[in-house]
Amino acid sequence: MNRRNFLKTGLGAAVAGALPMSLVELAWGAKDSERFTFAYISDSHITQIKGNRFVRNWDRGLIRAVAECNLLDPRPDFVIYGGDIAQLGKPEEIDHGLEIMSGLRDKVHYVMGEHDYYVDLGEYWRKRLGPDWYSFDHKGVHFIVLNSILTYPEWMHRKWDSGMARMKEMARLDNPNGSPFMVGEEQRKWLARDLAKVSHDTPIVVCSHSPLQKIYKGWNFWTEDAEQIHKLLAPFEKVTVIYGHVHQIQYNQLGNISFYAVMATAWPWPYPNSYAQADSRLPKLTVPMNRADPFFERDATGWQFIDVHTGRADVHYFLPSNSNRSVVFDERRGHPVDTRYQELAARIPPQNHY
Amino acid sequence: MKRSKSNRWRAGCVAALALGPVQADEFTQQDLERWNQEFMEVVREGDRLFHGGFPSKNTVSCDQCHPNASNTHPETYPKFQKQLGEVVPLWRMINWCIQNPLQSEPLAADDARMTALQAYIHWERRGVKLEPGKH
Repeated sequence: MNRRNFLKTGLGAAVAGALPMSLVELAWGAKDSERFTFAYISDSHITQIKGNRFVRNWDRGLIRAVAECNLLDPRPDFVIYGGDIAQLGKPEEIDHGLEIMSGLRDKVHYVMGEHDYYVDLGEYWRKRLGPDWYSFDHKGVHFIVLNSILTYPEWMHRKWDSGMARMKEMARLDNPNGSPFMVGEEQRKWLARDLAKVSHDTPIVVCSHSPLQKIYKGWNFWTEDAEQIHKLLAPFEKVTVIYGHVHQIQYNQLGNISFYAVMATAWPWPYPNSYAQADSRLPKLTVPMNRADPFFERDATGWQFIDVHTGRADVHYFLPSNSNRSVVFDERRGHPVDTRYQELAARIPPQNHY
Repeated sequence: MKRSKSNRWRAGCVAALALGPVQADEFTQQDLERWNQEFMEVVREGDRLFHGGFPSKNTVSCDQCHPNASNTHPETYPKFQKQLGEVVPLWRMINWCIQNPLQSEPLAADDARMTALQAYIHWERRGVKLEPGKH
């Protein structure tokens, strides 16, 4: 890389100091000749207060992620936006979020979140951004974007007073009257057809909004048909699932699939084990993010770089108010590990959530 | 005179025993039910305020950061909050949240809405042992 370019601005220098330098050396792709990097921004929850007034805190999170992402040098090949660009799916919120995103210098692939969807079943989002499930190939890696936040048709098409009434029900994370997320049969059929064209040694990266695994149903850290998706992905040697929604660091390995959650730019969520009245299953592998300190507005928020060297993902968490974290696939152990905090003795007090 | 007063007192006691419920040191199943009902009504009001019912000036609500009031840790208060610079009870931290993430006006300590928010927060944390001062 050209170090002079990287350090061309004062802010660039600050970012360079905060980044693990190996990240900049490394690149990704199935073969050395096809190395590439990409960035991942998610869960900005842009919220309209009234007219042209939006919640400042959530705006700032996305503005900061876009600004930092633009400082990357070498450039990532593209950016993935992991869903929930809006809070209540309003056109004003999607437009305002996309206006901030338009400051990015790179192409963006978008994932649908439930906050983008339930007011009009994704109509405005699709009008601005295109289909909500699709795949593409990039330098030897097959990328799949799923809409994993669908739910049972009986709930979706219940006699709602309005689309906004349905949106507000789904927007409440801890809603006992909510409904579990799912990919659904139509999309699973499409996925089977899409995967039929891909050789089993091609690295696969799946991007979804909800975790394609079952962690805690009460907050929809959950996808109802996760096992059926796993089955479709089982024949492939290297599969990585990257998801948003949970606003926290999570990672896991189930069979051939490595899972990584990405941070929100808006606000952090507690780990489900912090709720004393219900059981949950946070993956044992996960070393939690630092507990949020509300006095720092950007604490426990962030965005990510991801590299897919040798077809496996390394996720570098860029955390404005916390030490950056790197969770990388360990070939020897066969699962993701945190490069600094994985061993019990290495963990620090704020990572103890209770 | 002395004896007669004592007799009157004794007679009063007997009458009270006969009537039953006037003793202060006993309560009935009905009392328990009523007290629980009164409490749960306030919990429900707190739940409503917590989930968008509070007149937040920027529309942000408590549950957006604290689903099921988790990560509020009522069992650790009063505790030292370094940015407030002193040991504070839970309601001071609730007001901090109302003023900052919610960009709204703080409540008086004895405002019924503050009581309701605390009732809901404590209810969701029931069964967890007290650990005042813990971080």
